Amino acid sequence: MSAAASALSRSRKRNVIPGFGLTLGFTLTYFSLIILIPLLALAIRSAGLGFDGFWKAATDPRVLGSLRVSFVTALIAAGVNVVFGTLIAWVLVRYRFPGRRIFDAIIDLPFALPTAVAGIALTAIYAPNGTIGALFAPFGIRIAYTPIGIVIAMIFIGLPFVVRTIQPILEEVSHEVEEASATLGATRFQTITRVILPSLTPAILTGFALAFARGVGEYGSIIFIAGNIPFVSEIAPLLIYIRLQEFNYVGATVIASVMLLISFALLFAINLIQAWSRRRYGYGD
Amino acid sequence: MATKLRARRHRRVSPTSESRLAQWTLIGLSLLFMGVILVLPLYAVFHEALAKGIGTFFAAFAEPDAQAAIRLTLLVAAIAVPLNVIFGLAASWAIAKFEFKGKAFLITLIDLPFSVSPVISGLVYVLLFGAGSFLGPFLKSYGIEVLFALPGIVLATIFVTFPFVARELIPLMQDQGTGDEEAALSLGANGWQTFFRVTLPNIKWGLLYGVLLCNARAMGEFGAVAVVSGKIRGQTTTMPLQVEMLYNEYNATAAFALASLLALLALVTLVLKSALEWRFGDEVAAAER
Repeated sequence: MSAAASALSRSRKRNVIPGFGLTLGFTLTYFSLIILIPLLALAIRSAGLGFDGFWKAATDPRVLGSLRVSFVTALIAAGVNVVFGTLIAWVLVRYRFPGRRIFDAIIDLPFALPTAVAGIALTAIYAPNGTIGALFAPFGIRIAYTPIGIVIAMIFIGLPFVVRTIQPILEEVSHEVEEASATLGATRFQTITRVILPSLTPAILTGFALAFARGVGEYGSIIFIAGNIPFVSEIAPLLIYIRLQEFNYVGATVIASVMLLISFALLFAINLIQAWSRRRYGYGD
Repeated sequence: MATKLRARRHRRVSPTSESRLAQWTLIGLSLLFMGVILVLPLYAVFHEALAKGIGTFFAAFAEPDAQAAIRLTLLVAAIAVPLNVIFGLAASWAIAKFEFKGKAFLITLIDLPFSVSPVISGLVYVLLFGAGSFLGPFLKSYGIEVLFALPGIVLATIFVTFPFVARELIPLMQDQGTGDEEAALSLGANGWQTFFRVTLPNIKWGLLYGVLLCNARAMGEFGAVAVVSGKIRGQTTTMPLQVEMLYNEYNATAAFALASLLALLALVTLVLKSALEWRFGDEVAAAER
């Protein structure tokens, strides 16, 4: 009796929608051909070097220099973006002002504008004779062709990641919590720093990690403005490109593997933050 | 009425809001930052493109190499985008309509290309098809060139635009559930009829949204394509690569002219995207970006 009932309920639960095998099969095949096998090719090439060979290539001074430039500039840019991205998300969600929707739409410009276009435009602006470059040139400050230029380009491409991660969370923060805080005698400043900002922390961290990861990997918008001087303003993706032009596939593979390992670790960290914030606050994607 | 209005004007700032002065300071600061970081570069593209007059601007498009680059860019997008649309539809159907082990992992994997540097996305195909690989010489013996040719450019473009359609459709279809499809099937529709007449109309705005973003990235991709293209003038240079070549040859006006066409594409993409968000908010809202 009970066996029959459970068999019945199992058959009733069976999905009536067709196409599972076809769609999942296509998805996995396509993913394997386009993404998995090429990435495995990279992994196999790196593994073929053995630990000593890999270590020797990875600790080449110019490689370490380019990784340092990439990571330090990306860290600074992501920091700037967290501050201004949070501010912009706040202003767009909480305040009403003319042109708000247009500015809201423009946040996504770095997603839509090809990186090479952004690169030459930023260079034109921040070169010593450009609109903004000319303002700093008299003080002996050069922006384009220095690491500052790299940071500017990374701020440009990273900004939407921070704003778009914080915005939906900020929209969900309930006014009642703020009212409660105010009734209990908190000043507005205290309410913002002790009540609202903590609930935004997971989103801010996620936005930071996304902007950082994007900055580290970015190529197109940076190479025009960077100056590309080894040890000073040469980013890791550019060094990969240079190694390939020299047909030094081993050198390129090693830099790429190091970068991939770090960005996968970041991806993992982002997932942890989101899982943690879902547990803690009940939202967070 | 008048006293009520006056009373409201004189009321203290609400305890859950900031003073007008603070509000306008924050708004001003935000707009200044966005103006400098986002709007100014956009303006600079068009300003530089038209700096030497409208004649020079249009002359840049008369160049055969520029026209070849535009044609190649359109061709690459015309191949890469539909393939990623088919993938996006298949993946979201499997993920949203069925339960299976490892689903969450699969969703994470689909986003993987976003965390790979574009240069690395190109590099992996160089390793797979280049000299010293197994596949490259094998295909070459059959007369098929992958690297420094159209197939390589298309593959690299598919790699970097891989997640766009799928990540738009998966949350949308998960939100919509399976009720509509089950109704259609119980009324005697077959699988394809159900997909084309029920599912597709339900997701069409979300799909369009994904296609827009996918297309913008496909036409604008630089790093990945730069690695696999070989940059053969007039043959394997897409528009962004042509922009770079012109710029490095100190032909800034022509570079910016071609760049302005790409900037225009970005603007059209943004306008359509915003229009979709405003008009069909719910139908594209399941996606967050």
